[in-house]
Amino acid sequence: MLSIAGIANSIHQWLNETFSSGWATLLEFVLVGILVISFFAFLGLVLVFMERKVSAYMQLRVGPNRVGYKGLAQTLADTIKLVVKEGLTPDGADKFLFNFAPFLVLIASMLLMAPIAFAKDFQIWDINIGVLYITAISSISVIGVLMAGWSSNNKYSLLGAMRSGAQIVSYELSAGLAIMTIVILAGSIRLSDIIASQENGWWIFKGHIPAIIAFVIYIIAVTAETNRAPFDLAEAESELTAGFHTEYSGMKFALFFLSEYVNIFIVCAIGATLFLGGWMPLHIGHWEGFNHIMDFIPSSLWFMGKTFFLIFLIMWFRWTFPRLRIDQLLNLEWKYLLPISLFNLLLVTFIALMGWYF
Amino acid sequence: MLEEIGTTEQGDLVINIGPQHPSTHGVLHLVITLNGETIKKVEPHLGYIHRSIEKMCESLTYRQFIYSTSRMDYLSAHINNHGCALAVEQGLGIEIPPRARAIRVLLSELTRLASHQLWWGAMAMDVGAITPFFHAFREREMINDIMEETCGARLTMNYMVPGGVMFDLHPNFVTRTKDFLRFFRSKFNEYDELVTNNIIFQERMKGVGVLSSADAISYGCTGPVARASGVSSDIRKIAPYEGYDQLQFAEAIQSGGDCFARYLVRMQEMRESLAIIDQLIDTIPDGEFQAKTKAVLKLPKGEYYSRVETARGEFGVYIISEGATTPYRMKFRSPGFSNLSALDHMSRGSKIGDLVAIMGSLDLVIPDIDR
Amino acid sequence: MMSHEEIKSLILNYSPEAVCDESGPWLQVSIQSTDWLPLAEALRNHSQLQFDYLFCLTGVDWKTHLSVVYHLTSKVFGHTVVVKVKIDDRINPVVETVSNIWRTAELHEREAYDLFGIRFNSHPDLRRLFLTDEWVGWPLRKDYEDPINMIKL
Repeated sequence: MLSIAGIANSIHQWLNETFSSGWATLLEFVLVGILVISFFAFLGLVLVFMERKVSAYMQLRVGPNRVGYKGLAQTLADTIKLVVKEGLTPDGADKFLFNFAPFLVLIASMLLMAPIAFAKDFQIWDINIGVLYITAISSISVIGVLMAGWSSNNKYSLLGAMRSGAQIVSYELSAGLAIMTIVILAGSIRLSDIIASQENGWWIFKGHIPAIIAFVIYIIAVTAETNRAPFDLAEAESELTAGFHTEYSGMKFALFFLSEYVNIFIVCAIGATLFLGGWMPLHIGHWEGFNHIMDFIPSSLWFMGKTFFLIFLIMWFRWTFPRLRIDQLLNLEWKYLLPISLFNLLLVTFIALMGWYF
Repeated sequence: MLEEIGTTEQGDLVINIGPQHPSTHGVLHLVITLNGETIKKVEPHLGYIHRSIEKMCESLTYRQFIYSTSRMDYLSAHINNHGCALAVEQGLGIEIPPRARAIRVLLSELTRLASHQLWWGAMAMDVGAITPFFHAFREREMINDIMEETCGARLTMNYMVPGGVMFDLHPNFVTRTKDFLRFFRSKFNEYDELVTNNIIFQERMKGVGVLSSADAISYGCTGPVARASGVSSDIRKIAPYEGYDQLQFAEAIQSGGDCFARYLVRMQEMRESLAIIDQLIDTIPDGEFQAKTKAVLKLPKGEYYSRVETARGEFGVYIISEGATTPYRMKFRSPGFSNLSALDHMSRGSKIGDLVAIMGSLDLVIPDIDR
Repeated sequence: MMSHEEIKSLILNYSPEAVCDESGPWLQVSIQSTDWLPLAEALRNHSQLQFDYLFCLTGVDWKTHLSVVYHLTSKVFGHTVVVKVKIDDRINPVVETVSNIWRTAELHEREAYDLFGIRFNSHPDLRRLFLTDEWVGWPLRKDYEDPINMIKL
């Protein structure tokens, strides 16, 4: 059967037959790099378009519908506009940090692409400490945001960056603990193992109540971590105009914008991998016929479907909820989410020890 | 002015909010002093759109000056005009026909509804929810269409003349208003579901920007701001004009004094306005829509003061006449100006996010403040 | 709610030189600027008057003199009075501030200062409100001339 993994394997074989193994690995690096960057750009286009359409339908509007077929080329046109726009660097800004910050944010999200399994046996780097790698790398982006806010020499940016720093550092804890629940259930921190452990059912179904609690906490925490409404305090349009990227324009702004959307994709992809079985099709107990039909749907579609469902969920939040205040935001994390997730961790450990999950 | 922007000696951060800022809803300029995220002082700098309408009015006739007041509180344009017309009629000593009265009240209440709808959307947007804005505009659009048919304009209606209204109602007015009432009633619960009952929204509004009733009176607050602090200040009740005393409606009063109380007051006012329109829409009297007046109006020497309740509070028109065709001195007491003066008092010690919520709950319209 | 007569007699207790006019719907009291502060305090604090709500404050230029008009209402009793404070000195008009009695006066007095040039003694922050700090002249005075911005009809 034609699958993405099959294509990847045949390319791998062909490269190894044609070149020496060293060259073949190098060429594969280049190929993967090109793929990641173009996938990045493509994701940006798709997600921005999706956001605009989703928000439009929630707001009784039509959304972009003029450029290209049904407005599909709208984001492309926007990108061209942003590319040709002058990138201003304000007077008194720390030039190096100011220009470096968007790239740092972007690189951090690009690195996170590595351990994600896009389809069956299709993964850039199946690192044995996958979950640890994800939690570690995702913390880097906050440095970029802080750099951007501080170096802009603008008080709005500074306030936004400080808010963002406090917020991301706090919510990382809950997100990490929510991930830990699944690690305990699956017994491995390698992502492919976690997916394999969900062959007979996704963790959100198998893991009883603790898994559902962990899933809810995970979604809340990553919404905060990606600076999305209702936790968009770092940008808080009505308070800080644009927060940490107030002074950015042109392509540098576009990079921040892009990394925001790619971050959403990544956290949703990880959520889908951990809780919803990644590329695993939906299997229900002993319904052989049903399970067989589900197997016919390609694994990449399963993965993308779950990821985009979660993305839609996060967009839905954004267009319905008002924003929290900074003290409420931190109260929510430190007084509610963190104790709940710690307790949840204890609960899930107990369940795992007793073997009460399916 | 700009030299003082920076940090203070105590290391507090001084920030300009405005004149161009998403949540000042106009060209309001606030200089706020911050200690971290906590506000220590808010100082409004006004005048970015000061046009000195009061001075202009001194060279406009009594028929002309009414329309310059539409440009003050443009969301209550019709009610502003109403106040001016009442002051002139008080000076001329004329009775206006019952039909004109009904039309004026109907359109005033529609204006109030439209204004509160816009406020509702903007309020939600200030605390970070963007979607309600569009929902509010769907209903507001219907009111604007009704206004457009009858008055020929959507925002600054200029429909008032001393002695009545300029034209008769459009034949479609009654049916379209009824359609609107039906539609708006069906959607009003959505407002509550989407915003009022939202836990985040309530958290953002409750206990924020508390104004005690004594302070509300001392700062001269009127309208929903005063009523949320438990001060009875509805001019339609305490000094009824244009037959409001014959209509059945309740004055919306809350006792909390916080942003959420102000929110609830406005939500209830919308319901009361709907009730007023309900009572009038089927019983608009027949007859003249304008009293007979002279072509050139001259007010006898004296002083005339009229008060009306706009969507923002008490709007006063103070005319000093020397017997000429133009006023000698004209003063507009605008509700937003006094409400703004309480902003500093209300927002000290709260966070930046609260300041935005408080400004939203004050429902400031900047041309009304700057005049 | 007190009748005009009662308010009038109480006011005359505090400033015997006040001139009362009952022609309008509200009692109008004219006094000299020097008498204003004691009367204001009495109006606010007298147990039978309690004018706690200053709803309009404005200046008027009468060409020979300036005056400040205060519209006061009692939220407790519901009665209203209009106080007109006459300032004879047009060159350097001064009147005592009431911003410590009615907080709303702070902004209104700044407006009156900005547009009429009336100085309010011991006002906490008497600056131009609408116009720029370097503006010359008092626009709402009758003798104000601005050849560029003013259009004479």
